[in-house]
Amino acid sequence: MAKITSGVGTSHIPLLGHIIDKGDSGDEKWAPIFDGYRFTKQWIREQKPDVVILVYNDHATAFDMKMIPTFAIGCGEEYHPADEGYGARPVPIVKGAPKLAWHITESLIKQGFDMTVVNEMDVDHGLTVPLSMVFGEVEEWPCQVIPLAVNTVVYPSPTGERCLALGRAIRAAVEQFPEDVNVQVWGTGGMSHQLLGERAGLINQEWDLAFMDDLKSDYEKLGAISQVEYIRESGTEGSEMVMWLIMRGALHDQVNEVHRHYHVPVSNTALGHLIYENVNDGAEESV
Amino acid sequence: MHNNNKAYSDIPGTTVFDGDMARIGFHLNQFCMSLMQAANRAEFKQDESAYLAKWPMTEAQRQAVLARDFSQLIDLGGNIYYLVKISSCDGLSVAAAVSTMTDLSVEDYLEMMQQGGRSPEGNRYVVTTSMEEKS
Repeated sequence: MAKITSGVGTSHIPLLGHIIDKGDSGDEKWAPIFDGYRFTKQWIREQKPDVVILVYNDHATAFDMKMIPTFAIGCGEEYHPADEGYGARPVPIVKGAPKLAWHITESLIKQGFDMTVVNEMDVDHGLTVPLSMVFGEVEEWPCQVIPLAVNTVVYPSPTGERCLALGRAIRAAVEQFPEDVNVQVWGTGGMSHQLLGERAGLINQEWDLAFMDDLKSDYEKLGAISQVEYIRESGTEGSEMVMWLIMRGALHDQVNEVHRHYHVPVSNTALGHLIYENVNDGAEESV
Repeated sequence: MHNNNKAYSDIPGTTVFDGDMARIGFHLNQFCMSLMQAANRAEFKQDESAYLAKWPMTEAQRQAVLARDFSQLIDLGGNIYYLVKISSCDGLSVAAAVSTMTDLSVEDYLEMMQQGGRSPEGNRYVVTTSMEEKS
């Protein structure tokens, strides 16, 4: 049977992709950023996930103002890195997991989550930067990816409670898949940042660190944070943190935090990254 | 100014990209989206006014694009993720584009970020100095 073994939370800041693509990730200047992913690169080689369900937001790339799905799941065979206005990132094509993705989609819709199905789209830095930060520079990505795009661009985003519930539903769906597949769920985006207006550049370290603390055991509390509160406390784009709640909801109630990294600033943004492994692996009943 | 009488009206220096902004900014944002294609970028750069005339935007939106006035563009319904397609086209970093909306120069903005960013202290609520001014 398929199972979700662990979760990763990470920012998906475009500058990180630029640094890697220019070959500068080993530069001393960027060490405070990339050193925080050294553990992760080793860890992922040991974990060998077959499939990563990668929760991210599209930044006016595959979806423009014509269509704004709140939750979209990629069921396609593959996804090309997008040209975001300065040429596509020179990273491998992302291979999908269509059979599992369709299984999850059917289950989610039956559980009350009316997903938008996407068979063809390009994927932007929101999806490819986390892959680069975790797997490094590789000839091909060593796992399949199910993109799960969440609208965090146009207000309102889905609520934190809904995102936690979606995570739980994903877990139930994966556990009903009959093949032995090692699945991870990654929540990306954040942490605090605001990219517009006179208040641009807002960073709330205290808020970010408290969020990371609470995500392990008090995550239900985080589900109650409204988008207005995210905006007030951590900036207009700080509300991307709801995507970490999908990852958290997909894991067991009990998790071990095996890694954490936080750094300010990267470009306009605070960078946050952590890894959870499920406790009682396999012993806990399905939700 | 923006987002009047909403749950987020009292957050200073912030315009939330909600349905009202999306409505007035639709064509502006779709113009920005067109700059994702190299051929369109070239056409825009060759004659910006002529390219903008092809889009059913307001004149104020066209002028704000020509002036690269990001604060004005946000006021007129532009979304930052769409607007940065203009600044990318100009070869500017996101931080450089973002800094133009603040009261800081690019250098001072980047320096502020290096020092840990803008503090939320004093930046959570619009300060109203007296009851009279509230009306």
